[in-house]
Amino acid sequence: MDLNYGPEYDDFRTEVKAFVKANEDIKVTGPMRSESRINWQQTLIDHGYFARSIPKEYGGYGGDMDIIKLRIIAEEFAKSPIPKPMGGQGIQMLVPTLLELGTEEQKKEYIKPTLRGEIIWCQGYSEPNSGSDLASLQTKGELINDEWVINGQKIWTSTAQLAQMCFCLVRTEPDAPKHQGISYLLIPMDTPGIDRRPIKQMTGDSDFNELFLTDVKIPATNIVGKRGEGWKVANATLGHERGSLADPNVTLNRLNSLIELMKSETIDGQRVIDKPAFRDRLLSIQGRVLAQQSNALRILSSQINPEQEATLSKFIVKLQGTELRHELEGLAIDVMGEMGTLYEQSPHLRDGGIWQMHYMYYLGLIIGGGTNQIQKNIISERALGMPKEPKVQGA
Amino acid sequence: MYFGLSEEQKSLEDNIKKYLDDNASIEIIRSVVEGDLDKANEIHRGLVDLGISSLMVPEEYGGLGLDMLFATVVAGALGYGTAPCPYAGAYVMAPLALSIAGSDKQKEEWLPKIAGGEALIGVGISEYIGARENAGIEFSNDSVSGRCLFVIDGINADAFIVSNKSGELFLIPSDSSGIEIVELTTVDKTRTSIEIIFKNAKAEVLPGSSDNKSAADKVVDAGRLMLSADTVGAAQVMLDKSVAYALERKQFGRLIGSFQAVKHMCAEMAAELEPCHSMVWHAAHCLDNVPEESRLMACHTKAHVSEVGKQISKTATEVHGGMGFTDELGLHYWFKRIGLNRQLLGSPELIREEAAKLQGFDQ
Ligand SMILES: Cc1cc2nc3c(=O)[nH]c(=O)nc-3n(C[C@H](O)[C@H](O)[C@H](O)COP(=O)(O)OP(=O)(O)OC[C@H]3O[C@@H](n4cnc5c(N)ncnc54)[C@H](O)[C@@H]3O)c2cc1C
Repeated sequence: MDLNYGPEYDDFRTEVKAFVKANEDIKVTGPMRSESRINWQQTLIDHGYFARSIPKEYGGYGGDMDIIKLRIIAEEFAKSPIPKPMGGQGIQMLVPTLLELGTEEQKKEYIKPTLRGEIIWCQGYSEPNSGSDLASLQTKGELINDEWVINGQKIWTSTAQLAQMCFCLVRTEPDAPKHQGISYLLIPMDTPGIDRRPIKQMTGDSDFNELFLTDVKIPATNIVGKRGEGWKVANATLGHERGSLADPNVTLNRLNSLIELMKSETIDGQRVIDKPAFRDRLLSIQGRVLAQQSNALRILSSQINPEQEATLSKFIVKLQGTELRHELEGLAIDVMGEMGTLYEQSPHLRDGGIWQMHYMYYLGLIIGGGTNQIQKNIISERALGMPKEPKVQGA
Repeated sequence: MYFGLSEEQKSLEDNIKKYLDDNASIEIIRSVVEGDLDKANEIHRGLVDLGISSLMVPEEYGGLGLDMLFATVVAGALGYGTAPCPYAGAYVMAPLALSIAGSDKQKEEWLPKIAGGEALIGVGISEYIGARENAGIEFSNDSVSGRCLFVIDGINADAFIVSNKSGELFLIPSDSSGIEIVELTTVDKTRTSIEIIFKNAKAEVLPGSSDNKSAADKVVDAGRLMLSADTVGAAQVMLDKSVAYALERKQFGRLIGSFQAVKHMCAEMAAELEPCHSMVWHAAHCLDNVPEESRLMACHTKAHVSEVGKQISKTATEVHGGMGFTDELGLHYWFKRIGLNRQLLGSPELIREEAAKLQGFDQ
């Protein structure tokens, strides 16, 4: 056991700290793709604090893949109000996929503007009749005159209302078995025939959408991997998504905010943190956060020391992280009681209504990215070696 | 950076597991529980030969001088094998108490004997954490009076280390006059518990504990980690056995492991348990290397692992159906071990309260 990153990293940490300190008051403003956001993103890339290991020719910093340095950057940024780099499905899912499986032209065309935040992507996977059973999807793609002609419907497509591009799963080989008939296509969102309709969520926001695709035509080259290999390509990205949904370090920050809240909220003049029942719930959540942090250290260590195995540790992150986060945000609401139900612009609102927002949002993440029931299937089948569901006749 | 067990730690763990696998089958555990003391002694000897008594004794006193992570690895393996032998008290808490708070003379007298497996010291520290039935001891005129409940590893001990309410530690040879021993029967008969009633029994202070609580606290932290590791080991067996049973038992013409309800029970157990391994390692590392975090980590580990252990001991029993409820299968040995570990040295609620105070939440 050695939790030191080693003296060779001390200089690096000093350097990151100095950058963070110098920039903590920077204000990044405007909507996605605003000049201010793109400039800040580029500054972070230029310093190697974002897209660090992505080659220069694709718009990254071009550093070597040093996980400890990435971790130090994440730690120092987390401690400060400095604006964080942009994320999103393009950066988290599409870029790694293209790096792994894209053609040279695709890498050159898409990675740089995606990293810079100039292209927003959406993920067109789910369909009305294909959610957990994603591989049953029916949106159809036919190759006619060197163009894919796409017809069908997608749903729950997050950020589609803002996106310039969509990475989309489409059935192109209708006669092949269901997993082998899918292709991974890249669709410009301004192509004629795409109709987006926002869906309002329980939070009141409308971040996700229905997409109707009617004779949408895109070049034949807008495919990642070969025809019929889309399932494999998509699975490369699903892994990236699952790891990123509930970072225990972010949960720890939320826990610290919860502690502050419990010290400032009072009932009959007594601080909520002094009420034993509430305090016990806080402490048991804190114990769980610490357990997940230890688990994250083990995963980190397995990335640095490839001989170390951590399969199960990785498989449980999405399930455990999203459930814990939902419960943590929910405790804050109980701490505030009636005040905890206030929302939007209400008088007496605490912390901008963020607790209710997150409480609902994390319920969404329990469902999105593969429901937590599906996560349990994955854990039992892939990590514990238990049998798959028997096939039902005709399904 | 490397987070995990070293090759040496893994091989120690494997050796102990293998020893118990070969020498402490369920049938043998059952005979020990039913009173076969020779068998228990034999297993105890075998484990001493593998080093469990010398781990925590410093090298200058004839021990191996290993760190807390080694000690938790052993505790985990003993829990995995429901080892019917002393450990947390006699071989971790006692040598630790002597090493950090004992006088040179006390160390010279006891540590080499502990290392060699020639002396057992029971540890009675429950009242420091929370006294039931007005138990507790007073020290005056070089002697101790009062009662200690749930003394760990106290059966047939050569001496006791006990604590008063303010964390002062006392060493009392078991042949001193004024000591009455009452055997307690807990659900977990793979380990022993006793009550000691002292009436003016001659006692020596461990001098390093007399004006501050840090020695007692460290001993408690270490004990809690051993119990946590024991629970994690026991819960891991229960999960492993559940998965194996689900892949063997058929109902409705199919393996019960193909029923999603059963798969999900197993997945939930795995998802809860896997981080507990890391947490125990992390807490052990902190106890030796990160003093500012070590108390809080030990508290949280004991409380959290106890909750997870309780859930797994229930769920694993359910996965086995009626078989799970039988004596024959023996799953209940781990169930009960987890049950005892949960209460010893503080139940989760008490410990979480302690963790709250450690962070100044009461201020
Ligand atoms: C906030 C949010 C954002 C999303 N963003 C996107 C996005 O950007 N792009 C995109 O393509 N999709 C997105 N989704 C869709 C998401 O991936 C699906 O909602 C999810 O996979 C579940 O599919 P479903 O909604 O059709 O539910 P269903 O699959 O119908 O599930 C309903 C219930 O049945 C259970 N169930 C289904 N199958 C099984 C099984 N085999 N075993 C046990 N239980 C089962 C589920 O766990 C669930 O409880 C998003 C969803 C949410 C909530």
